[in-house]
Amino acid sequence: MARGIKDKVAILGMGCSKFGERWDKEADDLMVEAFEEALKDAGIEKNQIDAAWFSTAIEEQHVGKSGTPLAVALRLPQIAVTRVENFCASGTDAFRGAVYAVASGAADIALALGVEKLKDTGYGGLPQRGRGVLNSQWWANASAPGNFAQLAAAYRAKHGVSKEDLKRAIAHISVKSHDNGSRNPKAHLQNKVTMEQVLGAPIVAEPLGLFDCCGVSDGSACAIVTTPEIARSLGKTDIISVKALQLSVSNGVEAQHNSWDGSYFATARVASKKAYQEAGVTNPREEIDLIEVHDCFSVTELVTMEDIHISAEGRAIYDVMDGFYDADGKIPCQIDGGLKCFGHPIGASGMRMIYEMYLQLQGKAGPRQRKELPRLGLTHNLGGFPHQNVCSVSIVGRYEG
Amino acid sequence: MAKGILRYGAYVPMRRLQRKAMVAANSWFNGSLKSQGKGERAMANWDEDSVTMAVAAARDCLGDFDRDQLSAVHLASTTLPFADRLNAGIVAGALNLAEGVGGHDHSASQRAGLSALADALNAGGGPILVTAAEKRRTKAASPLELSSGDGAAALLVGEGDVIAELVAHATRTVDFVDHYRGDGVAYDYTWEERWIRDEGYNKIVPATLKDLFATAGVTGADIAHFVMPCTLAKVAGPIARKAGIAESALRDNLAMVCGDTGAAHALVMFAHALESAKAGELILVVAFGQGCDALLFRATDRIGAVTPARGVSGFLARRREETNYQKFLAFNDTIEMERGMRSELDKATALSSLYRNRNTITGFVGGKCNVCGTLQFPKTNICVNPNCNAFHSQEPQPFSDLEGRIMSYTADNLTYSADPPACYGMVQFDAGGRVMIDFTDVTPDDIDVGRKMDMVFRIKDYDGQRGFTRYFWKATPAADAAQQGG
Repeated sequence: MARGIKDKVAILGMGCSKFGERWDKEADDLMVEAFEEALKDAGIEKNQIDAAWFSTAIEEQHVGKSGTPLAVALRLPQIAVTRVENFCASGTDAFRGAVYAVASGAADIALALGVEKLKDTGYGGLPQRGRGVLNSQWWANASAPGNFAQLAAAYRAKHGVSKEDLKRAIAHISVKSHDNGSRNPKAHLQNKVTMEQVLGAPIVAEPLGLFDCCGVSDGSACAIVTTPEIARSLGKTDIISVKALQLSVSNGVEAQHNSWDGSYFATARVASKKAYQEAGVTNPREEIDLIEVHDCFSVTELVTMEDIHISAEGRAIYDVMDGFYDADGKIPCQIDGGLKCFGHPIGASGMRMIYEMYLQLQGKAGPRQRKELPRLGLTHNLGGFPHQNVCSVSIVGRYEG
Repeated sequence: MAKGILRYGAYVPMRRLQRKAMVAANSWFNGSLKSQGKGERAMANWDEDSVTMAVAAARDCLGDFDRDQLSAVHLASTTLPFADRLNAGIVAGALNLAEGVGGHDHSASQRAGLSALADALNAGGGPILVTAAEKRRTKAASPLELSSGDGAAALLVGEGDVIAELVAHATRTVDFVDHYRGDGVAYDYTWEERWIRDEGYNKIVPATLKDLFATAGVTGADIAHFVMPCTLAKVAGPIARKAGIAESALRDNLAMVCGDTGAAHALVMFAHALESAKAGELILVVAFGQGCDALLFRATDRIGAVTPARGVSGFLARRREETNYQKFLAFNDTIEMERGMRSELDKATALSSLYRNRNTITGFVGGKCNVCGTLQFPKTNICVNPNCNAFHSQEPQPFSDLEGRIMSYTADNLTYSADPPACYGMVQFDAGGRVMIDFTDVTPDDIDVGRKMDMVFRIKDYDGQRGFTRYFWKATPAADAAQQGG
């Protein structure tokens, strides 16, 4: 395996807009909102940025293609801007571009910014969009919840779990995330919900009910990265560095080859394993303090606990019901409310996860701050469908170099 | 060499709309409908049309018959989805027939199905597949809405080991307009029943039968099975009686269990008769419509040696009662439903792409790696088997007849469907390969992991903006699993 980028790159500053139904804002308003916070946090001038990566997934809904929307919105000084689209993992992939630029020495200071302005469709849920000339002729008439819901059927069949037990476990996940979201002033959804509400909600795609699905939000998040040395020279002391960044992309095996059983994410298993290796983590259940995963649907979060090798296979339901992933559990998951409640402005989501880690690692997360200061955090950002997806895993932590 | 019928099959959609429900909805408007509330009519799913039903009947008929032997395929219907695109060509594509096959559409008369059969028999030569299907649109509260049914039949004709040989054929063409459907008009316009009976059936059919009997040298008393579709009262019986045909020979017109399948109905009833015909028996098949066709067959001692996969009886038994008349109106676009913004997605089809991928889309042909043997859909340049990944190694592999099982599934209330919830999932084939595919003819209660599924050719989308129907394959509970549904 390659040597990796552990501790080669530090996060100099981050920003995140309020997520939600931002009816009165355009995408560039949201970008500026996130950028101003990051710039202030980094303590640099805009003109010190060498290159930028810009993530947005459903660009036809708002800013359009290319790097120009970012360059224009922020009036960047005609530097390189690369637009990144990799389904719902676009945010982490933009971060990866900026981090790699710094790690390679091509840039001293790089910017990654993600944005999505989704609430101009006229209906709830993700915008309907074309799937391509050939795919549209044969792909199943599937929605996002319908694709992810199938994890439940396959997981139940594989592990002999009853419909009721699985439904209760995923309901616990949503109750937990709503509870966490209630302590996050930037979250889209800040209301608590009960098990009864979750279990009794209308079904969106069997067995996922309304509360098993994350919100569709407007929002933006951004990171400014540099080397730990430059961060120090700029006066930073509590430095947060990148320990690992891995991306795994389906090659059609899950969709076409009978070796995958539909109950897990093959890519998440690969990406997390590589990330632990890159970060030097040998026992994630003991070494990782905090996780933010791609809980687009409650069942995604459930199976991901196994795919990132924290719950043993078939044991996620028990860990979830035992409160292992609650805010006061051993490894809190979605302490900020997650996609479920913080919201899911697609291009920004991966960066939002890293933003939360960045705050928590520094003890700056306000009312939702984990008491025992975390040392190492993992983010998991997934795009696509269980049977064909891209999965990003990042590990960030306090710089001890 | 004897020419006649080599194989036969049929298709009747699973849903049976209860006439009681139709009459309950409409008798406030037309009180005379009250007496017609008995029985049920076959009701096509929203994703079925004359082409998909013809494909289903053809598959029922052909079984494991070597399709490369077919010399031509005929499709008869007055409800073809395309006015200018060879509809039989779509059937040929779905059946993966070789490009050397002939293709013919027959239309514009209720006897189109039987005329097509006569044409194919008269043409002689290699095995010819004759299909007929009908899915008529009818006005709400019309008698036709009650008497019609959706369905299809298929007959393989040729020379050699026939199960029923053609004895004689008589025909006549008379511009007797009992009803018509003008170009660009959705619904039939019908004249008075008494006139149709007295001046139409009662004069045109007996004259044709007289010619036929003279040619064949038989009398009405020799007929064992008299097939004549007609849902008007007091028509088929009296015609048979006057022709000297025994009352016991009169075949059930399936009005109570299926309804009149229009241009297909003579062939549907014929396929039904073939299920019970005995060697040596004479079968008389008559179809009326701007004249008349009458075909006389004699069952050979091969009758019974070849049976359809399901046949009329099998499909009639694959039945689910439908009491929601509103759903029937919605499926047939008789009323305008609020489909919601999610239905507004542009469904344009790139014809060049469809043509390039016709084997994949219409034929459901994937690949089989000639290095490791792995089946995969769609066919690609590099084998999907992670332990193989051979380049350019895949031979064409049809998937339509493979046994598959559900690996994962959902019932989706969010995505737009004409019949929510949209059910779909990953179907894994026992022989290898898998596909994330729409399910049809299911309710959420029918599906579970491991359930055996059959592949059926259906409408994928209708592009209303451009009038284009696109087709693909869907999964439906397999023959032995279908009965479990409620």
